[in-house]
Amino acid sequence: MQNSTSKDSVLKRLQKTVTGNPIVFLLIVAAIVVGCIKDNFFSWANLSNLISNTAVRFLIALGVSGCLITKGTDLSAGRQVGFAAVISGILCQRGDYNGRLWKWAPEMNIFLVFLIVIVFGLIWGLINGLIVTKLHVPPFIATLGTQTIIYGISLVISDAQPIGGFQKLYTTLINGRIGNTRGFHLPYLFFVALVFGFIFWFIYNKMRHGKYMYAIGGNEIAAEVSGVNTTRTLIRIYTTAGIMYAIAGYLLAAKSGGASASMGQGYELEAIAGCTIGGVSTTGGIGTVPGILVGVLVFELLKIILQFLGVNPYYNYVVQGLVIVLAVSLDIRKYIAKK
Amino acid sequence: MSEYVLEMMDVSKSFPGVKALDHAQLKLRPGRVHALMGENGAGKSTLMKCMFGIYKMDQGQINIDGKPVTISDPMDALKKGIAMVHQELQPIPARTVGENIFLGRYPMKKVLGFIPVIDHKKMYEDTAGLLKKVRMNFDPKQKVGELSVSQMQSVEIAKAVSANCRVLILDEPTSSLTANEVEALFRIIEDLKAENVAVVYISHKMDEILRISDDVTIMRDGKYIGTWEAKDLTTEKIITQMVGRELTNLYPPRENVPGEVVFEVDDFTSINPRSFRNVSFQLRKGEILGVGGLVGAQRTELMEGLFGIRSHTKGQIFYKGKEMHINRPKDAIDQGVAMLTEDRRGSGIMGVLSIADNISISSLSKYLDYGFAINGKKVEQLVQDNVKKMNIKTPSSKTQIKSLSGGNQQKVLVGRWLANDPDILILDEPTRGIDVGAKYEIYCIIADLAREGKSIIMISSEMSELIGMSDRIMVMCDGRVTGFVDGQDATQENIMAYATQFE
Repeated sequence: MQNSTSKDSVLKRLQKTVTGNPIVFLLIVAAIVVGCIKDNFFSWANLSNLISNTAVRFLIALGVSGCLITKGTDLSAGRQVGFAAVISGILCQRGDYNGRLWKWAPEMNIFLVFLIVIVFGLIWGLINGLIVTKLHVPPFIATLGTQTIIYGISLVISDAQPIGGFQKLYTTLINGRIGNTRGFHLPYLFFVALVFGFIFWFIYNKMRHGKYMYAIGGNEIAAEVSGVNTTRTLIRIYTTAGIMYAIAGYLLAAKSGGASASMGQGYELEAIAGCTIGGVSTTGGIGTVPGILVGVLVFELLKIILQFLGVNPYYNYVVQGLVIVLAVSLDIRKYIAKK
Repeated sequence: MSEYVLEMMDVSKSFPGVKALDHAQLKLRPGRVHALMGENGAGKSTLMKCMFGIYKMDQGQINIDGKPVTISDPMDALKKGIAMVHQELQPIPARTVGENIFLGRYPMKKVLGFIPVIDHKKMYEDTAGLLKKVRMNFDPKQKVGELSVSQMQSVEIAKAVSANCRVLILDEPTSSLTANEVEALFRIIEDLKAENVAVVYISHKMDEILRISDDVTIMRDGKYIGTWEAKDLTTEKIITQMVGRELTNLYPPRENVPGEVVFEVDDFTSINPRSFRNVSFQLRKGEILGVGGLVGAQRTELMEGLFGIRSHTKGQIFYKGKEMHINRPKDAIDQGVAMLTEDRRGSGIMGVLSIADNISISSLSKYLDYGFAINGKKVEQLVQDNVKKMNIKTPSSKTQIKSLSGGNQQKVLVGRWLANDPDILILDEPTRGIDVGAKYEIYCIIADLAREGKSIIMISSEMSELIGMSDRIMVMCDGRVTGFVDGQDATQENIMAYATQFE
């Protein structure tokens, strides 16, 4: 995909895409096969379902993608989503709701809550970025530590209780959708994902920050020598990631109609898997926004396929894990073969 | 029985684009120290790596005790009695001296008659014996990371001795030792000689060579020049043999006229006491200042210090009379300094990124619309200008830089710096690993830049390049500036004389 020129014929490009992304290709084939043997697979309702599931996870994947492209990672993604969901849930509870957690607080405007949650996300991301750049803790360990801290704080704040009783506007707005022809509708979340996808595409391709990010992933020392402030760029990447998780958490709480500290558990792995399947290289410097979208979409597709095949849900984890290992091993193979 | 314990004959070895060894030879007699000498890149290390089985020879023969042998890998070399102490030591710092020495061949014993475990008692007893042999008296259970460099080296030598080696290769063993430590090393070498070990000693330090060695073999450009008895040689004779090569017209004519002093460095000293110290020099507008010296002279470290990659403790840098404060490369770049680093792969190219990304990375701020959006057309224009101006051979601006040849990669990196329009360019080994044609093109670019009034500092380990391209040559040895030679008066001999002025 990286080297294709406009001279290639459509067929050749298709062939390159398939050999470059065998997992994407295989899963699409699997989807077609399942669609042929199961009646309701190719239905508008199923498509809507796929879109809204993908949307939130896409936001998380966008957040973690910057960390991955710079050869880092962010294991705190899932717990940050959970934290944001808890904060959003508590602050968006109805004023007259009996089980209200913070009875002393006035009923809050949900847009104000959105901003508050973003500030929290920014702070978590900043902390991650500072630990990675200033304390020089490897991202894997740094975020392993912070994810535990964040989970603990979420448990304390929520008293380990599920949170419900949201303001009506909060749930109806986030779950809003357009149209209802033969079961098909476009959730608002689709547009949220679209907007953020565009913003990230713009940052990655058209702004210095994006170029610096790819440069750090390509060769951090060379980037520093070329005048890139690698410290500042990395801090921005982790901070942006935190903001994305916060937004995802805010949306997720409303989407589920309830929140708890365990919400978002394991989402960091799904996001990393989605990115990897979508061509974000674990060796750094490579990854595109459309690729990430395809990766997340395909991973969600995999889940739906398993569901339709009636596979025991516990086996889902087994299959998903295998796909992740396979995706990374295929990615690494590209580089081994070239050496 | 042959007179020689080991002979290498007619050895040739090529790497893509370079003939590293061209019918080289080396004959070692037991109980003697054999110095192997030559300029940087003469093929000494390559020859040793062939002997030690790290590289496979393209052609040639190795005899041990007069019988031809093949050495397939370092393990095989050790079995045949050849041991090597590398220039860069590679110990495992968190493990003990004993564990480092016996790594991979721990003495074993059986518990309850069948469970194999490491016999630590025997290992540490043996280690103590070996350490005594190399005249070191530290605890075998000490962690290697806590030792000094010379002690680590002794551990390496002890390791070699423990393998009952008959040939011991020491590659630049004294490059990071103090005078006292060198004396200690020499005593160990004398002991080994007494035990009939043949020692191969690679060093640039003339006084050491003349003192410790019995035989001297000199190499040049991968070729065998000759072998002499050390007592028949003098420093001058060795240098003449090492550099004695005709200068051909490999360099473009230069029309630059050095003007007033624009850049001044005063008493610049590294934070690391073994690195550069008390360096002072001046650089004129439109001047090409060559920087010569042997490997380990700290030239790269000095330049990286000036550019903010490494830290310094004292010293000042002035640009047009104004002091510059440089703490990271960005500071230097913002003040009009550029540096092409020595390690193109390590700190130059961003391999998986495109030519366009590689060329524009340090000047992106110049191509912004509305202050934030990169104008792709302007970047493409920059790439096309460079491709044309420097004759970069690439299929497209989107090609990954790692798929280009070394010379073309280097041109892209030069383009990266020129995009910033710097006044001072530091070029560290600008033509290393580049084929001859591309070399000439790079020389032309350098000459043009000087003519346009840019000031250039060029580190080079190739004598002829240094002499052919520089208006003035600053020579370093062991972290100090030992002398300046005018471009016209420069000869390989007078540069070498400064480059070997060890304290």
